[in-house]
Amino acid sequence: MHLSDVAHRSAVSTIPAPPLTPLPTRLARLALAAVCVVVLVYCWHEAEMNPVMLWRDSGNMATLGAEFLTPDFTEWEMYAQNMVETLAIAVWGTLLAVVAGIPLGILSADNVAPRWVAFPIRRLMDACRAINELVFALIFIAAVGLGPFAGVLALFVHTTGVIAKLFSEAVEATDPAPVEGIRGTGGTWLQEVVYGVLPQVLPLWISYALYRFESNVRSATVLGIVGGGGIGMTFNETIRGFNYSQASAILIIVVLTVSVLDVVSQNIRKRFI
Amino acid sequence: MAAALELDRVTKTYGAMRAVDGVSLSIAPGERVALIGASGSGKSTLIRVASGLSLADRGAGQGIVRSFGVSVQEEGRLSREVRRARRHIGLVFQQFALVGRLSVLTNVLVGALGRMSVLRGTLGLFNEDERRTAYAALAEVGIAAHAAKKARQLSGGQQQRVAIARALVQGAKLVLADEPIASLDPKSAKRVMDTLVTMSRDHGIALVVSLHQVDYATAYFDRVVAMNAGRVVFDGPASKITAAFLTELYGASAEELILPSQFTAPAAPNAELVSAS
Repeated sequence: MHLSDVAHRSAVSTIPAPPLTPLPTRLARLALAAVCVVVLVYCWHEAEMNPVMLWRDSGNMATLGAEFLTPDFTEWEMYAQNMVETLAIAVWGTLLAVVAGIPLGILSADNVAPRWVAFPIRRLMDACRAINELVFALIFIAAVGLGPFAGVLALFVHTTGVIAKLFSEAVEATDPAPVEGIRGTGGTWLQEVVYGVLPQVLPLWISYALYRFESNVRSATVLGIVGGGGIGMTFNETIRGFNYSQASAILIIVVLTVSVLDVVSQNIRKRFI
Repeated sequence: MAAALELDRVTKTYGAMRAVDGVSLSIAPGERVALIGASGSGKSTLIRVASGLSLADRGAGQGIVRSFGVSVQEEGRLSREVRRARRHIGLVFQQFALVGRLSVLTNVLVGALGRMSVLRGTLGLFNEDERRTAYAALAEVGIAAHAAKKARQLSGGQQQRVAIARALVQGAKLVLADEPIASLDPKSAKRVMDTLVTMSRDHGIALVVSLHQVDYATAYFDRVVAMNAGRVVFDGPASKITAAFLTELYGASAEELILPSQFTAPAAPNAELVSAS
């Protein structure tokens, strides 16, 4: 009866009935939705989500908020000093990464380096990228002790992985014709790279290096929290000492510095592309 | 004296396509040869193999390329002395193959790399003498005034003459030019051909130029090598090349090679020359 009903309708309208989603597909979608719900509920418990606490402890939040709204800049000279230290960490972390990233980036580019060289270097760079700066910072703190030098080393290793990848992608996008022109004159492999590849990738490399410097300034702020020196360390101490007004002052300094640097660096980068 | 270029049983296949099929060829020092053929006849591949930028197919006793007695490649393997061979082979490509961001002078100075110590060359420490030579070569091809510009700021014809100047600085004894005028307008094309032939005559440089415009081949060269489907189908004096002979060699595809001066058909072949620019 149901079938004849369908037949009747299509005969009347002459437009064929729209195809229905097949039952197995619909069941699969339902199952997927159910799995999503289960995962969300499980994660809710695992993360100890408790919005009620926000309400119950609203007094704390109010104190925190009030103190944050009245930043205390009495020790601003120390904060500025620490901010400079953070910038210094980012400068050296980035610079070392660029210096290491140039050869590693060239050697992991398929069109320049042989596969047996490019492959292992790329995997090594993957490892450097996969591990967060904070984890490297904890490792280097164990090695060289608390302080900015551990932060520099952490940024150096992680950023080298990123820079090598970005640099090698730029190399892989180069035009092979000029390189063949150099090869044709009897140049060595290194001369092909210096005269054929580098002039093509240099503007892009400069841009990438500046961009990594911007993000390394942000990372360097966080590194201090685990003991990697700079303004993050001071911020951590003020929060632990419940000096929220001072913490607020530090945050303002960080936000201002990072914003100014971003703008300046973006403008420089625009000139190179 | 050893031949400027000697190819012995060179075959090059790309997948199922035989781009070059058992070509043997000898070019004497100072000789000027036009390599003609329709697109896809194997001219460019032959030039790439001759300069060692592409490897010929493997096979015992095959694919032997030598220049002035120095081996470029043999049996599908690059020779150990290929860099030495390349130093006296100048290359001019259809798409110029200059480094666009470097100055014209630096592009020409690159020609001196082969004669400098590796360290000095890699660091770009060219001396006064090399700079003078490069500037003189630019003057010889008529673009000294543009020496400080970036290479990519020049027109196609000018870029081609930079490549010729580079070959001069290299002290090349053989210049291989792959369709050097295919991307140029007729006026620049003539200028570039004049420059190539004058360079060859004044310095005794052997010259091999691949072309698909037959009128240039007969006007500028004594010897013509014609290719079709990867094989050499004619090797002899340019005077023997006539419209009838080309039609005999290439059949219907001869149209692509003949210009209106020789061919009575409508303007199609001329359009080819103009559209190529």
